[in-house]
Amino acid sequence: MDLLEALVRIAWLIGAAGFVIGLMRMSSPATARNGNLLSAAGMAIAIGGTAVLLAARGGAGLTAWIIIAAGIAVGGGLGLYTARTVKMTAMPQLVSLFNAVGGGAAALIAIDDYIRLANLQTFAVNSIPLEISVPTVLDVVIGGITFTGSLIASGKLMGVIPGKPIRVPGGQLVTLAIAAITAIAAVYLWTGAVSIPVLFVIIAASLLFGVTMVLPIGGADMPVVISLLNSFTGTAVAMAGFVLGNDVLIIAGALVGASGAILTKLMADAMNRSVLNIMIGGFGGGEGTVSEGGPEGGSVRSIGMDDAAIQLAYASSVIIVPGYGLAVAQAQHAVRELAELLEDKGVTVNYAIHPVAGRMPGHMNVLLAEANVPYPQLREMEDINPEFDRADVALVVGANDVTNPAARRAGTPVSGMPILDVDHAKSIIVIKRSMGRGYAGIDNELYVNPKTGMLFADAKQGLADLVAAVKAL
Amino acid sequence: MSVELLGALTVFVLAILCGFAVISKVPATLHTPLMSGANSIHGIVLVGSMVIAASATDLLSQILSFVAVAFATMNVVGGYVVTDRMLQMFRRRPTAPARPAEGAAAAATEAPKA
Repeated sequence: MDLLEALVRIAWLIGAAGFVIGLMRMSSPATARNGNLLSAAGMAIAIGGTAVLLAARGGAGLTAWIIIAAGIAVGGGLGLYTARTVKMTAMPQLVSLFNAVGGGAAALIAIDDYIRLANLQTFAVNSIPLEISVPTVLDVVIGGITFTGSLIASGKLMGVIPGKPIRVPGGQLVTLAIAAITAIAAVYLWTGAVSIPVLFVIIAASLLFGVTMVLPIGGADMPVVISLLNSFTGTAVAMAGFVLGNDVLIIAGALVGASGAILTKLMADAMNRSVLNIMIGGFGGGEGTVSEGGPEGGSVRSIGMDDAAIQLAYASSVIIVPGYGLAVAQAQHAVRELAELLEDKGVTVNYAIHPVAGRMPGHMNVLLAEANVPYPQLREMEDINPEFDRADVALVVGANDVTNPAARRAGTPVSGMPILDVDHAKSIIVIKRSMGRGYAGIDNELYVNPKTGMLFADAKQGLADLVAAVKAL
Repeated sequence: MSVELLGALTVFVLAILCGFAVISKVPATLHTPLMSGANSIHGIVLVGSMVIAASATDLLSQILSFVAVAFATMNVVGGYVVTDRMLQMFRRRPTAPARPAEGAAAAATEAPKA
């Protein structure tokens, strides 16, 4: 190892250290941003070192440099543009898209490497060593699944693909068959002849598997799925590291694979679901099942703008429950305005943030922080739930399933999901466009509660009207 | 089993343990940014993509490595910028004016308000 290679390896080591420390710092709100920048700096050093190594080795011709530069320009431009212009509400699907291309890149590395080895013809039959063929196949399989799986997840969140569970014709059987074909082809490559066509069978099967794996999962579970696929990509990248014999790929990939797995479990726990349960079909089990035993046919009470304004203005404590409806209506600024107005009138205002409010854990916090809602007013579920008993008014804006008391009973699609105890408040105002159902596809018993008044309006317009009505009092 | 493979396996296993240890307790608030941050880290696959691009000689290899480099760069750049945009939201104080852009890494300036 000469001096240059040693220096580049040290650059990779610095990069890897940056990732570990960056991730550590991202686990706490105060240091999170700094952690991300540290991780980005590590990335820049690792990539810069690689460029220096390639340049000094002289192995790369002009064409190679043009390919690299063009690839960086195209990918970097697309990444920068989409990341800067995406609306905060649409951010989860963008993360999923970035995850898809990461997994795709990892798979392409193994595919390219395998084709080159197979074409070299210097190997006798059956002689690509196991230490290459094993990670190659794993990389292609995991990377392929991640690529299409993440695209489907992204499509579901964008609404391009319906969010509700989609049954694959043949269901589990097709999935099992694809898995079996992949396994046979993999074993064939590990024990049998060197074969590019068989590699392509594996590629096709993996891409198909990603689709059939994610399609039957309901949109509400997408955050957990994206997190799991993120962990997959990490693992695929580590496998690419084994294929190329590159330590920094192995370290960063394994790091993301492991931390992504933990994060997936944390997210699933927050929704009181098991990861396995979600992957097997999530809410899809009994699509459209109506809960039995609920107060069916209860009447819905609609409430006028002025009534709602009076209730809010003369309350001593109001808890606002924001949901995805608030996010899509871009009503976070309007809700903050209403809250400030009420506070001026001496009302105590808090926000109850369900762990999965919005589309992903923490999504709602980001949106409200964007609207300058003071951080201490954002209260997590365990913290705020006891306070609903003392609250005069709970104002639900665009939240649905996370407030459904049906979750406390067994036998409904939301059973066991932790919910906000909105029904414990003295009165409840729900701003909602219609009686439409939430992601879980069931009616919300909260809406027929005698204490509940429904204010039928778009979240943003409704809040603006409420602000005007409170001001007019 | 070669010495190189053993070394790589050692690194792999230790990095996995490290990943488990780093994410022990995280407030739900940070789940999304953290996932996005981890998502950018696997953009390190760009290093591998550059390596294969550098030695690509035939057309197929060149096409594959071009796509790999573009994909990986999108993952890296987009991942870090979007994560920074998310985290930026947590820091801003209610009365603070919009932050000025600060260098390339913080290219995460506000999206144009519609």
